[in-house]
Amino acid sequence: MREEAILRTIYDPAHRAHPYALYDQLRQVPVRWQEDGPHEAGTYVVSTYREIAALMHDPRISSDLRKGAQSGGPRTPAAPYTFINLDPPEHDRLRRLAMRHFGPPERSDYLERLRPDIERIAARLADGLQGERTIDLVSRFAYPLPVTVICTILGVPHEDQAQFHLWADALVEGVGSNAPEARARRLEASLALNRYMAELVERRRKQPTDDMLSCMATDAGPEGRMDDPYLVATAALLLVAGHETTVNLIANGALTLLRHPSILERLRHEPDLVVCAVEEILRYEPPVQLLANRTTLDDVSIAGTTIPKGVLVTFALAAGNRDPLRFRDPGRFDPERPENAHLGFGGGNHYCFGAPLARIEGQIALRELVRRLQGPRLVVDPPPYRPSPVLRGPQQLLVEVDGVHPT
Amino acid sequence: MSTAFGDDKRILIVGASLAGLRAAETLRAEGFRGRVTIVGDEPDEPYDRPPLSKGVIAGRFPAAHTALPRCEPLRDVEWRLGVAATGLDALAKRVLLLDGQSIEFDRLLIATGARARPWRDPSQAKLDGVFTLRGRADAERLHARLAAHPNRVVVIGAGFMGSEIASSCRELGLAVTVIERGPAPLSGALGGVVAERAGALQRDHGVDLRCYTTVDALEGDAEGRLRRVRLSDGSALDADVAVVALGAVRNTEWLRGSGLAAGEFGVACDAGCRAIALNFIVTDDFFVAGDVARFPHPLYRHQFLALEHWSNAIEQAAIAAHNMICAPANRRPHLAVPAFWSSQFGVNIKSVGVPSAADEVFIAQGSLAAGRFVAVYGKEGRVVAAVTFNQGRWIEFYQRLIESAAPFPPEASAADRPTPSAPIPVAFPDPTAVAHEATAILTGYDATDRRVQWIPRRRAAPAHGAVNPR
Repeated sequence: MREEAILRTIYDPAHRAHPYALYDQLRQVPVRWQEDGPHEAGTYVVSTYREIAALMHDPRISSDLRKGAQSGGPRTPAAPYTFINLDPPEHDRLRRLAMRHFGPPERSDYLERLRPDIERIAARLADGLQGERTIDLVSRFAYPLPVTVICTILGVPHEDQAQFHLWADALVEGVGSNAPEARARRLEASLALNRYMAELVERRRKQPTDDMLSCMATDAGPEGRMDDPYLVATAALLLVAGHETTVNLIANGALTLLRHPSILERLRHEPDLVVCAVEEILRYEPPVQLLANRTTLDDVSIAGTTIPKGVLVTFALAAGNRDPLRFRDPGRFDPERPENAHLGFGGGNHYCFGAPLARIEGQIALRELVRRLQGPRLVVDPPPYRPSPVLRGPQQLLVEVDGVHPT
Repeated sequence: MSTAFGDDKRILIVGASLAGLRAAETLRAEGFRGRVTIVGDEPDEPYDRPPLSKGVIAGRFPAAHTALPRCEPLRDVEWRLGVAATGLDALAKRVLLLDGQSIEFDRLLIATGARARPWRDPSQAKLDGVFTLRGRADAERLHARLAAHPNRVVVIGAGFMGSEIASSCRELGLAVTVIERGPAPLSGALGGVVAERAGALQRDHGVDLRCYTTVDALEGDAEGRLRRVRLSDGSALDADVAVVALGAVRNTEWLRGSGLAAGEFGVACDAGCRAIALNFIVTDDFFVAGDVARFPHPLYRHQFLALEHWSNAIEQAAIAAHNMICAPANRRPHLAVPAFWSSQFGVNIKSVGVPSAADEVFIAQGSLAAGRFVAVYGKEGRVVAAVTFNQGRWIEFYQRLIESAAPFPPEASAADRPTPSAPIPVAFPDPTAVAHEATAILTGYDATDRRVQWIPRRRAAPAHGAVNPR
């Protein structure tokens, strides 16, 4: 394979099940130019832990698609960028206005209050598996859990949730694809979702409930409230980012545990080990493998390479997570790994907004599966994967079980 | 696993706080199986101090919830808590305790930290309502008094401790006056440019901030309760609580006469944390870590730094413990870049490097007026420090600039770099205003009897007692 085409190979769906040898190859040069990839113009790929960590904290690296080397598609004042694709100070203000209603310091207890709800949802989904011998864990468990949770957080009525799945699917299938049809589908879904969210914001403003969207729509805080287009776009972002990634976390986690039966068995007796197991899954099989929306605002010299100003930079998180200079025996799945400061949630000012929620969901979901499934084993290994190389996870995860324990 | 320092050896750690605990954990984690004893003058097992001036005195959680987590179980460590060390017999390798007992050792770690600088007038300091804050017991007492809704709290000194206390008082809705000798809060640590922003922050949050002012006297009533605080500008404040926040005094008195270079500025040690004797010869069996240590830092021209930073205590203690038990060839230097944080008035402040080493400052990101910024500090064309207000995510980048002696002003073209921007004088207060107390003299004439001797400097009482140490 040509040195400049490793990333293209990673993007090739044929390699979706086994990308890590390619990531090892990528890491041979910490920072290097790759043709194609997320964008026809090519990208610098950063693949070693230290260099990724450094550049995620480097203010010369921009996430603002308006300054970007990568075209972000048409944007209008009615559908503006969200904080994931903006720089400070805009990014900081919008993220703050969303975080006010999600976590510390203003709402430190919110996620803990949600925990019993999430446990109930997980238990109910597991109840629904009783009596079956062959189960697709993605469609029956990994997918409905986070989508139900994020709909609760955003205050999306139950009857609308099915439509939500469709939009979210269309949005995610397009990620990492340059095909015009995929882009068109993505745009269409995004417009439909935004229209829906705009209506929901109006409804919640008139009749606020205890959810995050109501809080954002009626915010009377010292910094004021997000303008409606931002509010709508942010809600759509939280929906997509808040469940697609978690689906993959749960599915990758279940797959990894099924491939490591002794650890799965240990979890039965030591359920608290699930906390570290989720961290190790985030390192070993990260749901977000690549961050491909950064642009240099200046020439940036790192690891013997100068990345010129104005080019696309891709952080290969999945490669950094297996960097032997940072993690001993990186190819081994070890829930007791010390100092597991993985890159699974990114880092710097764009560090995953929903990380604390994802952790809770991942822990609850895997604990429930371990407790409830009797003698689970993989039917197909590797399982079929979703097309995206960026948000990577199984399309379907068939397991055979001897039964499902009652609650 | 076994260590070069044999399992028949005895290690004594004097100081049972963050550094002492971290050292003991490192000794065990690295396989030292010999005897480890920890002596501490407080009755509690090691606890975390930063929350005391924040959540604890504001009543968000009790002081008992500040116990430090353990990285090692330390079941086989002997704890001698509630008893202070009073002396060191370096020749006999023995530490004397307040209860008359003594403990022999093969190697010693000095981690006695610092204590709150007391109010200069002992009779005024005894008034009911006058507090200092350093330990858990101090925080419990202060919290109880603040929870009883005093009419006015006067905080004497606007360093980090004083500013955080004022912030907690405002969180409780209490009326607060802050008395600061310098031009603004935190000016000794961060320089006048950034300190001005810290002052605006206090005023925005309803603090009655009095700069260029010191306290002449604390006045009580017949029952010995604080009633009034008399200021250097001739005015007086009615107040029922005063918190003296004039910095810390390092706990080195017990080392007088030990032959170690110990004094007001701490215990001098080399980069490997080995204590330096008064004659400037490095010792083999005495180590130092934490707030009490004074060590040379290569990034700052090998000047001796004495840092009262949480992260320094942890990093230095781990290095000291490692060096105590490893083979000499495997010793490591303590090279961590100084760093600390503070939380006050809803703002997260982070600092990396040594701001007071700078003569110019440059706003590299954000804006001072908006209260969200990265200030980069420079000296002679190189970056020596950075301070962030609510922009802590970037601090690692600036730490690397410091480590690599990057040119100042930095060229980084951040998205939120203000325009126009240019370095301006950093405006630190005159350091000669700080009183220096300890000094050393040479005695003897021959090389065989030439000695260095520590003497306390006799000095007149300062005109305004509120000495605000940098």
